[in-house]
Amino acid sequence: MKTLGRNGNKWLWPALAYTCLTLIALLMIFPFLWMISTSFKSMEEAFRYPPNMFPEHWHFENYRLLTKTLPVGRFFVNSIKITSLNVIGVLLSCSMAAFALARLNFPGRTLLFAAALITLMIPWQTTLIPVFILFQKLGWKDSHYPLWVPAFFGGGFAVFFLRQFFLSVPRDLYEAALVDGLTPGGVLFRIYLPLAKPALTTLGVFTFITSWNDLLSPLIYIDTLEKMPLTAGLSFLQTQYSSNWPIMMAGAVVSIIPILVIFYISQKVFVEGIATSGLKG
Amino acid sequence: MARVSFSRNHASSPLARIERIWGWLLTLPFVLGLLFFSLGPISAAIGLAFFHWDNLTPPRFAGLANWQRLWGDELFWKALRNTLYYVAGSVPTGIVLSLALALLINLRLPAIQIFRTLYFTPVVTSTVAVALVWTWFYDSNYGILNYVIERLGRLLGIAWLRPIAWLNDPRTAMPAIIAMSVWKGLGYNMVIFLAALQNVPRELYEAAAIDGANRFRQFIHVTLPGISPVMFFVLVTSMIGAFQVFDQVYIMARDGRPANSTLTLVYYLYNHAFRYLDMGYACTIGMALFILIGAVTGIQIVLQRKWVHS
Repeated sequence: MKTLGRNGNKWLWPALAYTCLTLIALLMIFPFLWMISTSFKSMEEAFRYPPNMFPEHWHFENYRLLTKTLPVGRFFVNSIKITSLNVIGVLLSCSMAAFALARLNFPGRTLLFAAALITLMIPWQTTLIPVFILFQKLGWKDSHYPLWVPAFFGGGFAVFFLRQFFLSVPRDLYEAALVDGLTPGGVLFRIYLPLAKPALTTLGVFTFITSWNDLLSPLIYIDTLEKMPLTAGLSFLQTQYSSNWPIMMAGAVVSIIPILVIFYISQKVFVEGIATSGLKG
Repeated sequence: MARVSFSRNHASSPLARIERIWGWLLTLPFVLGLLFFSLGPISAAIGLAFFHWDNLTPPRFAGLANWQRLWGDELFWKALRNTLYYVAGSVPTGIVLSLALALLINLRLPAIQIFRTLYFTPVVTSTVAVALVWTWFYDSNYGILNYVIERLGRLLGIAWLRPIAWLNDPRTAMPAIIAMSVWKGLGYNMVIFLAALQNVPRELYEAAAIDGANRFRQFIHVTLPGISPVMFFVLVTSMIGAFQVFDQVYIMARDGRPANSTLTLVYYLYNHAFRYLDMGYACTIGMALFILIGAVTGIQIVLQRKWVHS
């Protein structure tokens, strides 16, 4: 490539580029290494000056103490439940609406699509209080419902994203399937959804990450510690152990492991999906 | 031909009826969602900004009282200034650095995907978890950052390189939070820029090279105009996101510490709604934020005609 062949020097440029790339990679990864390292240190060692990069002795006590002081297992189950319901809800409700907006002719379609676009511009904090009051009136405060029920009612961005994807599927497929006797709903579930796997994966992983990492909604709705999901529950470590960094880091490690596993498995589909759609929560 | 039967001119044809029913059926949840979770609430929030309400007793009409209070509320203006500081500090830095990263990744060297994945890691992890570890970095007495600074200062003999109180000093607390946020968001915009860079037609570079343009001039005259629509997208979405900053402030500087130097608008709204139970005033703050974001986005849409090539 011509990028590499400048001044006839084949090695200098790649070497320089890799050096830069590696230094930046260290910068991006170091906080995670430090998180893991601190989580295995004793209190005494964590506060030692100068600090050690790696613990002298690997202390697993921090993780044990973490599970003793906070119901981490419970948090974990809550997170899994809330997050999976969010993923299912978003994929189901948004693909239904997106398909109708992309392929079906029905009165109100244009208006609905315009409304969906308008909601994209509303900062969600503005709607926070009325929605909070709605859930409170329903008697859903201190329950998980406010954290997953909205997912089953779609979201402007996901609908917009999937609609654009469905539009790129040839229209003939839809019409041919109708001739073969499928209903529009059947066309969606039997033909369009299987074709939309990359888009659905991107949206699913993205929903998983947003839901798993959500802090504000659990803080607002949940009062009982046992009902907290993991990420928000983690913020309670700060008040309980204001300067016990090993335990806080152990909590941080536990909370990001599922995300990292999902991300590294799906990273190719996911990163490219974001690149092409600019998907954002 | 079968196509004829798909003519949509007749609203009474069997197909039109089926499509109508299915169209309403499939969009029903979404329509309800729009009504109950966005359009309804936004109207309610606009209304509530004109009421006093503690969420316990019935709302009392307040007229413009909340707005007058907002106008004279020094803490609101402080939160507004802090938020603007955060936006101005994090958005341009984030855009420049993520574009630089995208250019680096775009060199298409072998094994480059590994770096792309690594750079993206902070994006997917929760702000809570990474804000905790950064708070630990910034610790005034035992943080590794101060350790590195102290060592460097002694090594190079620079007297002013001394430990800094970071999150405990009103002057450095916000910059420290901005640095963490930029670090966390870099990978996201990098990936979007990367896609944009790969869409710039190769022929344009070749033509520019033939005209004798060096790499820098190619970047200015080919790359930047080529990616300007995406630059606009990134600018708008980053600014909207930055105006809504909450998580990292909540973790790294509880209650706007020190001396309200990190209190942001969303945090201020959160405090009024869920700690002081002042729903009406919280909605007023929310409206102010909405107007602010709308205005800034509007200005950008007008300005983009001057610099975005399409």
